[in-house]
Amino acid sequence: MSIDFCGLRLAHPVINGSGTFDALAAERAFGESLCEAFPFAAFVSKTITLEPREGNPPPRLWEAPAGLINSIGLPNKGLDGYLSEELPRLAELLARAGARQGQPLALITNVMGSTAEELSRLVEACDLRAEIAGVELNLSCPNVKTGLDIGADPGQLGEVLQAVRAHTGKPLIVKLTPNTADVPACAQAAQDAGADAVSLINTLRAMALAPRASAGARRPWLGGGSGGLSGPAIRTVALAQVAAVAERVSIPVVGMGGVQTAAHARGLLDAGATLVAVGTESFRDPAAARAIARELAPPGTPG
Amino acid sequence: MSQAPFARRLLTVAAIEALGAYRVLRVADPDAPQPQPGQFAMLAAAERWGGGEDERPYLPRAFSIARHAGGESHFLLEDVGPGTRRLSELRAGDRMWALGPLGQGFTPPGEGRRAILLGGGVGIAPLAILQDELQVSTTVLLGFRDRAHAQGAALLDGARLATDDGSSGHHGLVTELLAADLERDPHAVVYACGPPAMLEVVRALCAEHGTPAQLALEAGMACGFGACFGCVVPARGGGYLRVCLDGPVIDAAELERVEEPGAYGPEGRAGAGAESPTEPGAGRAR
Repeated sequence: MSIDFCGLRLAHPVINGSGTFDALAAERAFGESLCEAFPFAAFVSKTITLEPREGNPPPRLWEAPAGLINSIGLPNKGLDGYLSEELPRLAELLARAGARQGQPLALITNVMGSTAEELSRLVEACDLRAEIAGVELNLSCPNVKTGLDIGADPGQLGEVLQAVRAHTGKPLIVKLTPNTADVPACAQAAQDAGADAVSLINTLRAMALAPRASAGARRPWLGGGSGGLSGPAIRTVALAQVAAVAERVSIPVVGMGGVQTAAHARGLLDAGATLVAVGTESFRDPAAARAIARELAPPGTPG
Repeated sequence: MSQAPFARRLLTVAAIEALGAYRVLRVADPDAPQPQPGQFAMLAAAERWGGGEDERPYLPRAFSIARHAGGESHFLLEDVGPGTRRLSELRAGDRMWALGPLGQGFTPPGEGRRAILLGGGVGIAPLAILQDELQVSTTVLLGFRDRAHAQGAALLDGARLATDDGSSGHHGLVTELLAADLERDPHAVVYACGPPAMLEVVRALCAEHGTPAQLALEAGMACGFGACFGCVVPARGGGYLRVCLDGPVIDAAELERVEEPGAYGPEGRAGAGAESPTEPGAGRAR
């Protein structure tokens, strides 16, 4: 089973959600055994921004009913740090893991910027690097003027994407936010502005209050105030949004949200997704995506 | 550091034994790599993990490996939240998941320095395996809130005790024992694990005496292998350290101060240093 995704050949339809798997950290923890059983058919980096970010002050996590609220704040070394320090190591790791699997593993770099100019600079830099096979745009960043997430408004999304599109011929994936009124309209705007694919759903905006008995009682628990909900709690929301988007657009859809089993992945594929991403489940079981991919493969396929 | 296999292991509980206010969970774990003292594992029950009150626990919980011998891994449990409660209910023959050993452990003291092992509450766990493996004689100082908890001291040999209520040993903080000890002879390395407030006193005392200290921290943690970026603590000089990857054992010199860790629930403060979810009041045991 080999899958075509925007011209990339993937061995199976399971990838990771951006920011849910740090391959370089995993290699420190698991060593060569990570390469022997690398779980994803393509690897999506965490979000890279122009400038380095430390991330939000802790606490950053809250265990929610059947899920997790996170407020990590996109810590990253910034574009220059990513390109000079992380990208070569990531590419080398993926090459090694790909060789062990007998197939190349595509690297997709996720970037976020608050303006078309910022995003264009990020995308152009990615375009110049042969190690990067595709770019995913994180548009869950507020417009400085309107305060509205760029990706939450179809008009704004289309405008920004049109500007960015000109800077790369590589596959461009738009990550859609679920925190908006009309997700299919945003997907349509992405397609019309030249996106090669859309991915969804990002986390749902959520909040937890500090326990009443604690020092910070009745105030938001997370250092960043609110956060994003992921995990099984959002699976049915993801299914509805993926189905609605797949119905609306003709470009490939990457479906994600609460996938824990091959059956959950099949559900998203049946709803019209070309690929599925595993995110929070990797926190519980780092090799979860591998088991899912194996179970999705037709019998007799080498795993 | 020992690296973990890239897979959770489905294990069988060999026994669960009461130890005062704690339980020692003994798990048949023959395929585990030999852990370095101070390393931890992410644990979850194989059945009924989730679906409880408030649909928790959902994420695995981080626990220091208290011992690894004879094909068994030992963990020290205190029932303080939905995760520890579920694990405390396990019985011999029950199945559970484990991922590990993870993280950076303790490193041996340099030539000629003695080792002081200082633990608070359930934070004594990683000191047990450390004492097993250190080739030098150790001074062991342990603090607990009361007599029931102080029975946990049986995990280590030759401990001097402090309790908050004076029911066992010194009536007061275990860090007062450390202060007196360092006053006599600061030429030591301090290995400490316990509540953040205790660790902060240890850090400050050791800095004052020029004594190196290795602190096993706890922090809210979803994954245990650097994926979630949730378990960070502020580093000296800015930025954050990931407790799971850069720790849980961190040289005290790398920290400006030890702060209350990030957590993921009123009872869900995952801690690699000691046990995963610790209760808000655990800070009293010092």
